[in-house]
Amino acid sequence: MMYAILCYHDEDTVGSWTKEQDAAVMKKLAVVQDKLTNQGRLGPVARLLPTTAATTLRKDDPPLVLDGPFAETKEQLLGFYLVDCKNLDEALDVARDLGAANPGGAYEIRPVGMFTPGRVPA
Amino acid sequence: MTDTAWIDTALTSARPQAVGALLRYFRNLDTAEEAYQNACLRALKSWPQNGPPRDPAAWLIMVGRNVAIDDIRRTRKQEALPEDEAISDLGDAEDALAERLDGSHYRDDILRLLFICCHPELPATQQIALALRIVSGLTVKQIARAFLVSEAAMEQRITRAKARVAEASVPFETPGAVERSERLAAVAAMIYLIFNEGYSASGDTAEIRAPLCEEAIRLARLLLRLFQSEPEIMGLTALLLLQHARAAARFDAGGAVILLDDQDRTLWNQAMISEGLALIDKAMRHHRSGPYQIQAAISALHARADKPENTDWTQIDLLYGALEVMQPSPVVTLNRAVAVSKVRGAEAALDMIEPLEQRLSNYFHYFGVRGAFLMQLGRNDEARVAFDRAISLANTSAEAAHIRMHLDRLMRDSQPRATTASKK
Repeated sequence: MMYAILCYHDEDTVGSWTKEQDAAVMKKLAVVQDKLTNQGRLGPVARLLPTTAATTLRKDDPPLVLDGPFAETKEQLLGFYLVDCKNLDEALDVARDLGAANPGGAYEIRPVGMFTPGRVPA
Repeated sequence: MTDTAWIDTALTSARPQAVGALLRYFRNLDTAEEAYQNACLRALKSWPQNGPPRDPAAWLIMVGRNVAIDDIRRTRKQEALPEDEAISDLGDAEDALAERLDGSHYRDDILRLLFICCHPELPATQQIALALRIVSGLTVKQIARAFLVSEAAMEQRITRAKARVAEASVPFETPGAVERSERLAAVAAMIYLIFNEGYSASGDTAEIRAPLCEEAIRLARLLLRLFQSEPEIMGLTALLLLQHARAAARFDAGGAVILLDDQDRTLWNQAMISEGLALIDKAMRHHRSGPYQIQAAISALHARADKPENTDWTQIDLLYGALEVMQPSPVVTLNRAVAVSKVRGAEAALDMIEPLEQRLSNYFHYFGVRGAFLMQLGRNDEARVAFDRAISLANTSAEAAHIRMHLDRLMRDSQPRATTASKK
């Protein structure tokens, strides 16, 4: 079974880390990640940019673009995509296409700050 | 993280919202600040035992308000102090309060708190000091250090600013749309001032003053979270991030300025650059351009160039052109001329800045830039005059040292090779 591990933290706290503190945390995480990589078990890892960089597409008809992160509490996180796009407009186009195929709910679009593709046997 | 570090972080992030709400309630800055301080003291006692409250800001507002009201009652009736538990026992009350706090008020509370610091009668330095004290909660000592003045002088500056704000009528009713956007613009300008206070530091003080840049970024992000659809606030945040991203590359070991062209671009902070670029991308979708967005876009073009020669100067020239229309100023034209010199040559750039001389006759950068253009054209004698003038107008020793470097080069090149400079 594949498991997604979703990371939550207070972004004010993480954002206030110095470059050195941040690097120290990343180094400790890398130790854990390297172990998983060597076992061929680590898939993609992504570090997202802060929620201020987020845009939300409500999958209404017509779809509605809102600035900011997904803030509702009545819907739950059910999945995610990682898509390579030139810019936000292109990412929104992809989200609209996906939304047309599966209306209702919302997509939060967040630029990825750091990414390692990983590799897991299919 | 130590045991109590999380409390400090929670208190700092809750501060603008808590002081803002207490100010709305008491309509007096000193009372609001004191109430907040008292609430913090109780938090330091209660939180380590009981764990963090679900909503720290709501907790602080509730406790701060209760303590202050009890203080007022006590002085009025000479009553005994209420039991600590009676005040701190929030239980269900916290939920109800958090519910009411949600959304509606706190956005305007924080904006008001920032806005009173921008009182037009306060000189810029007082506005900034006041905001750092009241909104950011920096200590007078920290602020004094960042401003390179004595603690006593800073104390006096803040006290004076507070007195002036207290005399002024602070608008407490919920602002209308026009008023809100005016407040937002004033607050954005103040945040930019805070940033510049740190950014314009010279090499020897850059490290001491860097916290001003970081605090400005924190405030810009706070504002952006409150006003998520304002492209100019996205632009402001992006601008600060993109400029601060270069911090580690801006000075050499001796504290001398390193110009953009000569900076080691691998030292630029890529995380800040990505965030800045993403924010501009977001802002552009609104098709409501503004000075912060344009300046951020210019910074972005520098950030996107891995080498100086890959900089898109044509686009930068166009963006400065747009900025000139929006915010005409000789300084903007001067900056544009630098882009023009790269696109169309130093001759064209010199023509462009010639008419500015009268208005910028006391501006260090004008003569520095003019000297550089003249030097590129091989007009070394005129360049030397301009550089001499620049040195006499330099604000910091680092600025003067930088110009002296040009002068030294002129001395070296003043022999036959001088004319080759124009082909550079």
